[in-house]
Amino acid sequence: MKMGSQRERPTSAQKPGSLFFEFWKGIASENPVFRLVLGMCPTLAVTTEAVNGIGMGLATTFVLLCSNAVVSLIRSVIPAKVRIPAYIVVIASFVTVVDLVMNAYAHDLHKALGVFIPLIVVNCIILGRAEAFASKHGVAASMADGLGMGLGFTLSLTLLGSVREVLGNGTWFGLPLLGSGFSPVIVMILPPGAFITLGLLLAGMNRWGALRIRKT
Amino acid sequence: MRDMARMVLVLTTVCVVAALGLAKVYDLTEEPIRQALREELLRGVRAVLPPFDNAPDQDARVVDGRTYYVGRKGGRAVAAAFEAASPEGYGGWIRALVGVDREGRVTGVVILQHAETPGLGAKAADPGYLAQFRGKSLQSANWAVKKDGGDFDQITGATITPRALVKAIREALEAFEAAKSQIFTPGGEG
Repeated sequence: MKMGSQRERPTSAQKPGSLFFEFWKGIASENPVFRLVLGMCPTLAVTTEAVNGIGMGLATTFVLLCSNAVVSLIRSVIPAKVRIPAYIVVIASFVTVVDLVMNAYAHDLHKALGVFIPLIVVNCIILGRAEAFASKHGVAASMADGLGMGLGFTLSLTLLGSVREVLGNGTWFGLPLLGSGFSPVIVMILPPGAFITLGLLLAGMNRWGALRIRKT
Repeated sequence: MRDMARMVLVLTTVCVVAALGLAKVYDLTEEPIRQALREELLRGVRAVLPPFDNAPDQDARVVDGRTYYVGRKGGRAVAAAFEAASPEGYGGWIRALVGVDREGRVTGVVILQHAETPGLGAKAADPGYLAQFRGKSLQSANWAVKKDGGDFDQITGATITPRALVKAIREALEAFEAAKSQIFTPGGEG
């Protein structure tokens, strides 16, 4: 999916400044997990199941989208010396909103993700985007950036969670996939499985990236 | 000095706006969160108690720091559910909910929380494994795993988890036995 869409739209994806470029770079060329290798703590910890990956990803996307929008809105009134505390207050507020809303309306998912929801505050992707992008760009571009980065993060976590769940439990999104004859590779849902999967996926992405450079 | 005043003003404004927004969201989600927690508790209670027609979460008694949720049928107390917990699991705390009838027999056990190894200790949370506790009482069974000379199955490759679980249930049953007269008051009306 990533490859196809990129080939179809080489012009808009290569033009920095366009909204589509700002959105798309978070999913492909500057994917936070596979390209920037940021936010590793939740990436490794919660991806025991595909659904956890989606839940964590979407929660982070919401925070990124909102914090990027607000940081961009207030960027001209915030004195440079106190910008980091101001950004952290904004980010922490949105994280608390996500925490409360998930606890109320997606209680079981909230329980499964546990402490990693409040810990979105310290996910370096979020402060990173506020500091590196939203504080220097307009609201629309910042929201496109936040949405792209968030969805890139979501896709990466879901991919990681899918691989680990299928191999480690024989299910995908809780549905039995590999039948009863399959004996699960338990290490895949244990912490080492997270490192193994991430390492192999990173290697694969780098290989794919190298091939693309050679072609162009 | 002007810079300083501006910094203080801006940060204060940001914090005040954030606090007001959060207060509003807290207000809006307070009731749904309470409902979700209650539903979670009732789901566990329903799984371990025989059929009841009251609201056990509103019919709770606290004896010696332990909360007992009493299930009633037609006004008569038939069983109580309470928590059995042990910090001695392989991955830390194991918390279970145990249902016991008036005669002290276990009517059901569910695991509320655990951090055991998937595929090994985590199997102790399977309904198939927990079914072995049903019908057992403090008197009718030796509350230890078979490896320790008791009556309960251990799990291949994971002895620590069942040992902690069996011990937690035994201790909870003992506490229940001591508190029984205050939970089910004589005459069955209580």
